[in-house]
Amino acid sequence: MSPFDEGVLRIAVPEVIGILVRRGADFAAAEDAVQDALVEAVRVWPDDPPRDAKGWLVGVAWRRFLDQVRSRSSRQRREEVYEDEVSPGVVSSVDDSLRLYFLCAHPSLSPSAAVALTLRAVGGLTTRQIAQAYLVPEPTMAQRISRAKRTIADVRLDEPGDVATVLRTLYLVFNEGYSGDVDLAAEALRLTRQLAAAVNQPEVSGLLALMLLHHARRAARRGPNGEIVPLAEQDRNRWDTAMVAEGVVILQAALARDDLGEFQAQAAIAALHADAATAAETDWVQIVEWYDELLAMAENPVVRLNRAVAIGQADGGRAGLAALAEVEPTVPRYDAVAAHLHELAGDRTRAAELFAAAAAAALNVPERDHLVRQAARLRDVR
Amino acid sequence: MAKYLMLKHYRGAPQGVNDVPMDQWTPEEVEAHMQYMSDFAQRLVGTGEFVDSQALAAEGTFVRFDGEGRPPVTDGPFAETKDLIAGWMMIDVDSYERALELAGELSAAPGAGGKPIHEWLELRPVMSDVPGGEFNAES
Repeated sequence: MSPFDEGVLRIAVPEVIGILVRRGADFAAAEDAVQDALVEAVRVWPDDPPRDAKGWLVGVAWRRFLDQVRSRSSRQRREEVYEDEVSPGVVSSVDDSLRLYFLCAHPSLSPSAAVALTLRAVGGLTTRQIAQAYLVPEPTMAQRISRAKRTIADVRLDEPGDVATVLRTLYLVFNEGYSGDVDLAAEALRLTRQLAAAVNQPEVSGLLALMLLHHARRAARRGPNGEIVPLAEQDRNRWDTAMVAEGVVILQAALARDDLGEFQAQAAIAALHADAATAAETDWVQIVEWYDELLAMAENPVVRLNRAVAIGQADGGRAGLAALAEVEPTVPRYDAVAAHLHELAGDRTRAAELFAAAAAAALNVPERDHLVRQAARLRDVR
Repeated sequence: MAKYLMLKHYRGAPQGVNDVPMDQWTPEEVEAHMQYMSDFAQRLVGTGEFVDSQALAAEGTFVRFDGEGRPPVTDGPFAETKDLIAGWMMIDVDSYERALELAGELSAAPGAGGKPIHEWLELRPVMSDVPGGEFNAES
């Protein structure tokens, strides 16, 4: 490993923020100071790597923080206060990091604010990197982050949070995938792994397993020009079997605790796909059962839609279409699913019409192109 | 999070309520309009929702391929073209409802007599490059 690794550097970020907060800095100021220290580290470390990375970051960030306080005047009095308040460190760094996760995904934040703040304060990404990943100008992202910090200014860092809000935020980041020079899916995976090491809850493991099982298929999911390769047509030799195995082990341990949640159920479905050597060997009957489990937990039109696909595969297109009748046609991707089921049922003309309609309503380019190809394939005018 | 384009039309949109051409406004009214637009964009930077804003010249040229080795054919501008884009602002927001709200505010920009133009803006979702299907069973 190179003496300077940005990944190693970023792992320390939440802990360092936590230490500054324990010493008496407020979250917003601590976060700013640590960003400054990160920028400094990127500049200095390649030539002069520190022996103790975390200690170095704490030292530099703390000095930056004190500089900020001094520049806000009344310097001597405050300095004395802070010097006195340095805690002996009874609180573990794990707790510090965990509180940051809760804070950055606080329910008072909008999803986009929670995502941005999590990536910066927990992930240690710079504002510029986050802006590039979400394709917005840097000043816009900078404002989004400082507004988020103001929103949670009065939240105490030691208040317990709800891990479900953290999981939703990480799930959103994972779904963003990959754009610009930041791999958001990999970053979400890293942060979820870190969270799972700190929180022993089945749903945290469930989300981690789900991400691993999906990430393992990534190389096979797109063709050479970025086109979507559907699950049934993927080259399964390109799946990352080590990652699949890790996901399955984590999922099994979570399921054994008998406290089922949505992420565990979704991961179970992903595991059943990963388990099939060929698309034809997929255990669709069991997949339908998992969708039923999901619906028993909460009504969800997207789950109902995916369940219709699974029923179509298990029992044929007609059965799938009957299941689809329970879904509102306004649910996104309804037409695409209807098209697929009509094709399974043998009605190519209707399927082509529906694929074309789905393409016209698609909200992302790869999906639209995929649907156009499906319509063209079925109409085959050659 | 989703990006939307708020499209402003020279022609092609339904007629706004206060539909007096800009060259018939007083200089103060023009100034007030410009200020409103600039303040609006600045405010969206502040809320972390601004992506981009551009205006287009009113007249353009149609261009098409005319076969190997031949220069492209040009045509126009056509005075009769029904739809003519004047410019756009792109936003990145948490919901469709928020996009509607912002388009409504932009349409309230002052025009003749200092009154809102009530201009019709076209709101179009921007397609993302990321398939929404990372987690659906078929992917």
